[in-house]
Amino acid sequence: MSKAGWIRLVILAAFFGAVEALCRSGAISPKLVIAPTAMVEAMVDLLGSGEMNDDIRQTLGSVGIAMGLSIVVGFAMGCMFYWLPPLRRAVEPFLAAYYSLPHFAFYPLLIVIFGLGALPLIVLATLFAMVAMIMATLTGLDRIPRVLIKTARMQRLSLPAEIWHIRLPAAAPHLFSGLKLAVTYSFIGVIAGEFILSTSGLGHQIAFAYDNFDNKTMYGLILFVLCISIAFNLLVFAYERRLARQRGL
Amino acid sequence: MTAVRTLRGPLLLTITLLVAWQLLHQWAGDSALTAPLPTLQHLWEMIGQKRFAPHVTETGLAFLQALAISWIGGVGIGVLLGGHKLSGEVAEPLLVGIYSLPKITLYPVILLLFGLGMSAKVAFGALHGIIPVALFTMNAVRNVNRTYLRAGRAMRLTPAQTVRYILIPATLPEIFTGLRIGFSLTLLGTMLGELFASQRGLGFLLMTAIDLNDVQTILAIAVLISLFAVAASSILLAVDRHLRRGAAPEDAGR
Repeated sequence: MSKAGWIRLVILAAFFGAVEALCRSGAISPKLVIAPTAMVEAMVDLLGSGEMNDDIRQTLGSVGIAMGLSIVVGFAMGCMFYWLPPLRRAVEPFLAAYYSLPHFAFYPLLIVIFGLGALPLIVLATLFAMVAMIMATLTGLDRIPRVLIKTARMQRLSLPAEIWHIRLPAAAPHLFSGLKLAVTYSFIGVIAGEFILSTSGLGHQIAFAYDNFDNKTMYGLILFVLCISIAFNLLVFAYERRLARQRGL
Repeated sequence: MTAVRTLRGPLLLTITLLVAWQLLHQWAGDSALTAPLPTLQHLWEMIGQKRFAPHVTETGLAFLQALAISWIGGVGIGVLLGGHKLSGEVAEPLLVGIYSLPKITLYPVILLLFGLGMSAKVAFGALHGIIPVALFTMNAVRNVNRTYLRAGRAMRLTPAQTVRYILIPATLPEIFTGLRIGFSLTLLGTMLGELFASQRGLGFLLMTAIDLNDVQTILAIAVLISLFAVAASSILLAVDRHLRRGAAPEDAGR
């Protein structure tokens, strides 16, 4: 591991060690933060007891569907805007402002249209995550070096071959960052929706535990959600690394 | 003529959205979605009412404080990390990691740490905005072309002159993009913070309206916030483009 990597590890260990020590000694009240080891313990207990299994299945299912949809549709729409510049000029200010819109205001509307249950949450999260993918696709396609496209023309590649062998690989780094953002935003969309407007799911359980001062459950669940999203990001990161190494970067 | 051309796209989009809204209203009915015109009238009425102003002030204040923290803090952190190579290498993966966490799950923790009220909203807004600003600033400082600095030394610029004539012009476009993204995310964070466990502010009005299923108020507030967000983003985007207008394209010289 590099020097920076070691320092990072030491800083993280020192940080969690300090929080642990402060919590165990009582300097930080357990009403605010419980010790990191207690959080892990709570998470293991919750997962082992199986009482949250339905909520976990529901939330992860919704996030998974929203994620898949937003990545596929977002990529397709990104390509469409790229090929149709007038359309792109029209929607660009809207896309730039998109993430400051209050999406949750439209939730009641979605309930009326799609009924109660997981569906409006999936639609909300998909709409929320899709735009990150659209913007990443646009950036990726914009930044393909001119010289690569000229090479493709010199080799007389057909359009599908050019897209598959030149354009997609060249845009890949940006597509991957779009992918990661889409995952995060799917999580935010589903869990925030469950926080305020749902009667089941992990978000609801976290809010319920917060309302009942049940810090053990709350921190256990929060840790669980964070672990899953970190694990997914690490997977994408590892794949990115492998791809970069294959290209000799 | 150019003004007409630049405005044509957004104008068409606005009209399309309004038409779509009206059609959706026809299809879904008044209980789901009120028509555009009555909603806008209702918004106008609400703005005129006395009880509305304190909520707007509350949200505005929370947002401005959060924005100040994320802009000033983010640029400060970014300059430090960009200027010192090792600390930048140590911190970058951590920042990227925190940036990609679904921070909404941490909101109960923020509420416990900061208590109910203004400070929790500000903290949550700043938490969303500060990291992108720091990341963009760090990259901008790190990527300053060394040749410019050497040229500055050859011309015997004082440190103040180096900052004024080399560092600021070289980093500003990239930093401004960070500030723009930080603006959007801070607004998102502040609004999310207001939706839960808040007693004042636009987010609180929105939640009350959702609980009462007062569709007209919900949409009126959504339109108000959206208008603010789109207007501010468009201005920031225009400034961003203006700053980048003289810059070489990113891949030049590679």
